[in-house]
Amino acid sequence: MLFGKTFEHGIHPDDYKSLTNGLPIRRLPFAPTLVLPLQQHTGKPSIALVKPGEEVVRGQPIAKADGAMSVPLHAPATGLIKDIDLRPTAKGPKAPSIILQVYQGDPQQEAYEHPKDVDAMTPAEIRQAVWDSGMVGLGGAAFPTHIKMTPPPEHQVDTLVVNGCECEPYLTCDHRLMLEQPANLIQGIKYFMKALQVKRAIIGVEDNKMDAVHAIAAELQKHPGSGIEVQAVKTKYPQGAEKMLIKAVLNRKVPPASLPSSIGVSIFNVGTLTQLGELLPSGRGVIQRVITVSGTGIKKPGNYLTPVGTPVRFLLEYAGITDKAFQVVLGGPMMGMSVSSLDVPVTKAMSGMVVMEEQQDRRDRPIHPCIRCGWCVEACPMMLNPSMLGLLASSSDYATMASDYHLNDCFECGSCSYVCPSNIPLVQYFRIAKSVNRDRAAAA
Amino acid sequence: MSQPNLKPNLRSSPHLKHPVTVEQIMRNVVYAMLPICAWSIYAFGISVALLLATTTLVAMATESLFCRLSGRASSIGDWSVVITGILLGLTLPPGFPLWMAAVGAFVAVGLGKSLFGGLGYNVMNPALVGRAFVQAAFPVAITTWTPPFLPGRFVELIPSTLTLPFTRPVPVDAWIEQQQIDAFSGATPLALHKFDQISTPVSDLLTGMVAGSAGETSALLIIAGGVYLAARKFMDWRIPVSVLLGALLIALPLWLLDSAKYPDPLFVLMSGGLMLGAVFMASDMVASPVTPWGVWVYGLFIGILTVIIRQFGGLTEGVMYAILLGNVLSPLISSVTQSRIFGER
Repeated sequence: MLFGKTFEHGIHPDDYKSLTNGLPIRRLPFAPTLVLPLQQHTGKPSIALVKPGEEVVRGQPIAKADGAMSVPLHAPATGLIKDIDLRPTAKGPKAPSIILQVYQGDPQQEAYEHPKDVDAMTPAEIRQAVWDSGMVGLGGAAFPTHIKMTPPPEHQVDTLVVNGCECEPYLTCDHRLMLEQPANLIQGIKYFMKALQVKRAIIGVEDNKMDAVHAIAAELQKHPGSGIEVQAVKTKYPQGAEKMLIKAVLNRKVPPASLPSSIGVSIFNVGTLTQLGELLPSGRGVIQRVITVSGTGIKKPGNYLTPVGTPVRFLLEYAGITDKAFQVVLGGPMMGMSVSSLDVPVTKAMSGMVVMEEQQDRRDRPIHPCIRCGWCVEACPMMLNPSMLGLLASSSDYATMASDYHLNDCFECGSCSYVCPSNIPLVQYFRIAKSVNRDRAAAA
Repeated sequence: MSQPNLKPNLRSSPHLKHPVTVEQIMRNVVYAMLPICAWSIYAFGISVALLLATTTLVAMATESLFCRLSGRASSIGDWSVVITGILLGLTLPPGFPLWMAAVGAFVAVGLGKSLFGGLGYNVMNPALVGRAFVQAAFPVAITTWTPPFLPGRFVELIPSTLTLPFTRPVPVDAWIEQQQIDAFSGATPLALHKFDQISTPVSDLLTGMVAGSAGETSALLIIAGGVYLAARKFMDWRIPVSVLLGALLIALPLWLLDSAKYPDPLFVLMSGGLMLGAVFMASDMVASPVTPWGVWVYGLFIGILTVIIRQFGGLTEGVMYAILLGNVLSPLISSVTQSRIFGER
């Protein structure tokens, strides 16, 4: 079972997971002020339901979905709405956010509960309940979960794949969730199997987390005939990319520019399903999540159950930074974004905060011309030719990159930049190329 | 709780980086060639030491000169020019006049590399460009061989080594006769086979007990260097393997057809410059394809062409031209062998 379950190519960066994978999930205290961007998901921003000066109770909806491609937002703490204003976000530009002053000393009971019998609900009702919870892909994609639960009608989904790979270095929050809350995970999977009307579910976990595989397998013993199985897959980056995981566990390949549902698969992150296993029966919304705080720039690494809206500055104060701290990365170090402002808040889809040393990315090295060693070609999980794409990028031939060399099939995992011995910032070039192409298409 | 005193820096992902650099790859290729150099000096004497020093130093000086002329920072530090210098030296006859070797090194780096834009932009393997130039310019000197393990090799230079520039090299036959009792034919194993139908034992080819270019005679050390580089992933193992496979593909049927006329396949693989070419020259990253299938096409092409030139051409050795042609074709090979991307049908 350990051999062969993987995809072609990929890389093996040091994983640094031992910094936090033995540390149980702990609750982070409430920051005095929470910042809640109205857009924490892919799609349209939510519409605020509250006004400055209004008091809110923990769990109360404070913003509603603006159409189908949007989700509601709930108050992560009992407190006072101070303002609705522009605040810095991880992506860079300031965005409309609800500023919530937390009542210190309040017991922070979650008042908004609507207990439901999920087992008696229809698939459509479960989907509605997921939407009402404000759930988005907690693995980092931030795509509204209820949309992913509704594949195009011409697609016949037969298998639910659950992503427990956590292939990004440093991150261990999903690992801890699988170890500590396997019952919630199985519950969430059962709800989704019902909603998607599938008989089979496969949980894919990288084989550097065999304790989690065993914990889930032990839990599954209590659910005979559930159609749920757990599979260990090879530890390799980017095993957690959805196309790569589906290839590993089902040996099916999602065609370029297609959805997993086109080959009969729906795929969700373990964090998403674990939390929904707990939220759906109580009818509550997403107000907190587990994030991994790690890196050699951090004094007290750990996995913290963190209220949504907690400013990065508060996390840094709580965990402490060392002299080595150079940049703060939200998410994992391979695909995560480094922030320019410590006032950026924790959002629903943020899986980690890694404080890194200066030369871990070795940008001090000179950039040499491409020597065509082919390492990037051997690394690219999409079988692209990053070497050729890089040469085209250096002559700004962005149109050919897209038309002849599949630029748009690059999902920016960064493996090519990671391996390049010439230190060429390949994936960075590709991002620029894509955005120039987008702008040109928009202008045309 | 203290206020974090941090001005975060903004960089784009990935924020981790593999430690291996171009310099490290190139340096390791040099390491892999050092045993071959040492054995060559041991077998042929101080002339080879001077030959290798000349090609390497002139190659470095040329790179430095062209960098200065074009206003770029010196690229000597990336070690690639050292490879070119040593490789060129290894492909020359042990008694090759030093001034000719210097011309070869200048052409190799100047014409073969710097004029194209330096590392990464050369179309052909620079060392082979230099080798092809001296082959055309000095046809006699390039085919003047001396036997290995002459008794006086550590105290005397081969007389042709110190030939004055633009003069005819001193003939070496008299010196060789004075050095050893047995008469020496002055021919390489390939020439012996081609023109006199004399086969050289494979054990001699493996250890380098034969005449030939400075670095091509010991197949064993070349293979060892290749295995080291392949194991550390500093060389694409598929290239030497496909070159040798390509050579076998032609040599084996020929030998089965007429074993009196054609050499046995093991001899084909071990003799001449094929092993050195397959391991250290065809595998030149810059001048070989990057696509997984392209690598096989390129290697097979070189191997097949080498044997065709050897058996049916006027030359005794074909590996140099085969690799140069393979180099020139490699962009084309790359572009017609693009992989199907993930999920593409």
